[in-house]
Parts: sequence; C-alpha cells; structure tokens
Amino acid sequence: MDKNSNKYIFIYASVMVILVAAVLSIANISLKSAQQKNIAIEKKQNILSSVNIESTTKNAEELFNKKVLKSYILNSKGEILKGDAFDIDMKKEKQLAIDKRSLPVYEFSIDGDTKYVFPMYGTGLWGPIWGYISLDSDLSTIYGATFDHASETPGLGAEIATKKFQKQFQGKKIFDDQGNFVSITVAKANETAPEQYSVDAISGGTLTSKGLQNMLLNDLGAYRAFFKQKKSE
Amino acid sequence: MSDKESLFSKKNKAILTNPLSKDNPVTVQILGICSALAVTAQLKPAIVMAISVTVVLAFSSVIISLLRNTIPNRIRIIVQLVVIATLVIIVDQLLKAYSYNISKQLSVFVGLIITNCILMGRLEAFALGNKPWQSFLDGVGNGAGYGMILIIVAFFRELFGSGSLFGLRIIPDSWYITNGGFYSNNGMMILPPMALIIVGVIIWVQRSKNKDLIEK
Repeated sequence: MDKNSNKYIFIYASVMVILVAAVLSIANISLKSAQQKNIAIEKKQNILSSVNIESTTKNAEELFNKKVLKSYILNSKGEILKGDAFDIDMKKEKQLAIDKRSLPVYEFSIDGDTKYVFPMYGTGLWGPIWGYISLDSDLSTIYGATFDHASETPGLGAEIATKKFQKQFQGKKIFDDQGNFVSITVAKANETAPEQYSVDAISGGTLTSKGLQNMLLNDLGAYRAFFKQKKSE
Repeated sequence: MSDKESLFSKKNKAILTNPLSKDNPVTVQILGICSALAVTAQLKPAIVMAISVTVVLAFSSVIISLLRNTIPNRIRIIVQLVVIATLVIIVDQLLKAYSYNISKQLSVFVGLIITNCILMGRLEAFALGNKPWQSFLDGVGNGAGYGMILIIVAFFRELFGSGSLFGLRIIPDSWYITNGGFYSNNGMMILPPMALIIVGVIIWVQRSKNKDLIEK
C-alpha cells in the first residue's frame, strides 16, 4: 500500500493508538496494587518521621502499628467523628468548606509524653505540598515535622523535603505566651519574625516557602477548636 | 553499509563518541537547553536526569529505527512523540511500583524527559534513517553527551551556589561571613540564568579548542 495515502495513515495511526492504549492500560492495571501499597507505606513512614522515628519501607508497617496510640477523626468544632483516620485523603478534604472537613489526628506515646500528629495539605509553586506536624502534649511546641511535595524545583523548593529544613521546626511554638494562635512564619532574610515562631525560608524557593507557611496557618488553624478543648481539660 | 559490519567498527564508535565532543547535543546542536537549566542546581538530580534521558533516548531510537520503514512521512513526528511518551509513562509506572524511592527522586524529571528536544531531535535526525544498532549507539552517545554537560554545569552551580557537592559540605562552615569568615555563597548560581552562562562558557572553551566548530 502507498505509505503516503490517507488510508494507510489512518490505519497506521489507529493501530498505533489502540496498541499504545492497550499497553498503557495493562501496565496501569497490573501495577496499581503494588503502587498503592507503596503509597500507604510512604504515608506511614511520613507520619513516623514527624514524631522523629526513622523507618524503612520494610519495617514501617510494623513500627506504625506498634507505636501509634490511637487515631481519630475530628470536625472543625473538635467533635470526634466515626471512621478510620488513616483512610482520610487530605487532598479531598481540602476541597471542602472548613466546617465540612474530616480532620485526622494520630496520637503517639513517646518517652511517656503524648505526641499529637496533624496532617496538612497545601500548594507550593508547581503543585501540591503536604506534610505532618507533631506537637508535644502542651499542643504548642513542635516535636517534629515532615514535608513532601509533588513537583517543586529540585535544589530549590524541593528542599522542604530535606531533614535539614524540617529540623528547624523542632522546638518552635505555634501559640504565643498569651495563648494566641500564631502558627509558624517561614521567614526570608529581610523578614523579622520572633525566632520562637519562625523558621528560615529556602533561598530561591520563596513561593514554595510561602505556600508552606500558608499551609501551616490554614491546616493547623483548622484544629483550633480541638486545641482549645484539650487545653481546658 | 554492509550487514557484516562489526558492532564496534570505526564508524559505529564515531557515532557513539562524537556526541561527547564535536557533535555534543547541548553545546553544538543546542538541544535540551531547557532541562539543562532546570535540573542543574545540584549534582544528584543532574546525574539522575542524565541516566533517565540516556535510557529513554536509546530505547526510543531503537523502536523508531525498527519502525522506520513503516512510518508514514506525514505523521512521523506524532509517531515519534507517541513512542517517547509511552516509554516514559511505562518507565514511570514501573518505578512507582517496584522502586518507589527512585521514582520519588525523579519526580518531575520523568515527565520532563518527554519534552526534552534531544529526543525528538535525534529520532528525527538519526533513528528515522539508520539501523537499530547504530540508532542505539547514537542514543547512548547523545544521552551521555547531554549528561556530561549537565554534570559539569551542576558541579559549578552546586559548589559555588550551595558550597557543597552531592549535598556534602565542601566549603568549610568557618569560612562563611555569618560565622566570622570571608566567604558567601553566590545566590545567582542557584538561579536558572547562571546555568545558561555556564553553558555559554563551556561552548566558548570548546570552540576555542576546536576550530572546526567556528562558523566561517
């Protein structure tokens, strides 16, 4: 057949598209369960990392089940809802109005002190960023933090996923001495914020840094009722 | 080209090694500049990107070369693009399933490979008109030539922009002004324009060494 005839081109293109579609669907379906398992393990590793427990892909599952005290879901008024906290997809929750969101909390017992872990989800420069923050039992001092991102620039915004950046959060406070919620400022060199409530931004990663700051403010802020209620106990 | 030609004949070796010097995809063909800006702030991502591009380029060259006699001329670009995109997606899916950590490190790069003009450039210029083995060598050679430039640029950018290599501190902390020293990192280095300037310097050095490259 003439290679440049319309008929040949149509047939060639159709066969190619069908073949490629089949190959990609098969790859997607056959690899899906392995991929989802990896994602669940990563989530457990992230939560563990926010309470400063290092885990490997192999022992994450076991460590998580051993260390987690309890987990529950709250609404924005601080009331406990039914369901498994681990199944909550923060991406979907963030699309809802704040009073309709399910807010997961994980409790860990570390060296006799209860640590509370709060998940968060926000936007960086190119795509979503997310993370977990653990607070001491005073619900103000940060015990540990872990962040991750989908597509921030390597070497710049992507630095939020490094231990060096995350370590800065340890010991910072999200409430001031008067008990007002101040969250954490991710401060550039020319910004002055009290050291207790701020960490250094990433040079060359300003938009990611500010996205992170907003995420902390919004997503920790969503738990305000819970903080208040716990503190008055 | 006779069929009996040995796998590493002089000609084939030239196909493999030319892209490293006088036919370099970045500095001579000026292809793949955009990703050379994006991923060279640090050495590690640059190396990962270099390897991924080499693998995808080598295999898509082979596939296009095998299909070369059947591809209708008028839709050849689309066919090339489909082959590249399919390979990239399959690689991405496999990594996510079996090597999740590496897939996380690659993150955006995997997608960026599709848009790398070296791939289209080499498929169009070489694989469409040559046999699979030669095309494979051309793919590996050009991937390596691209990777070489990426690594050189990343070396300078990470060293002078962050004072480290592979994330390890090279310039002593005590040298920094903040610690009472005299040194400060060059903030310009970690921004993309500096990559372009370094690539420019490499082209300058290469051209002054190799007079053949200078236009009349």
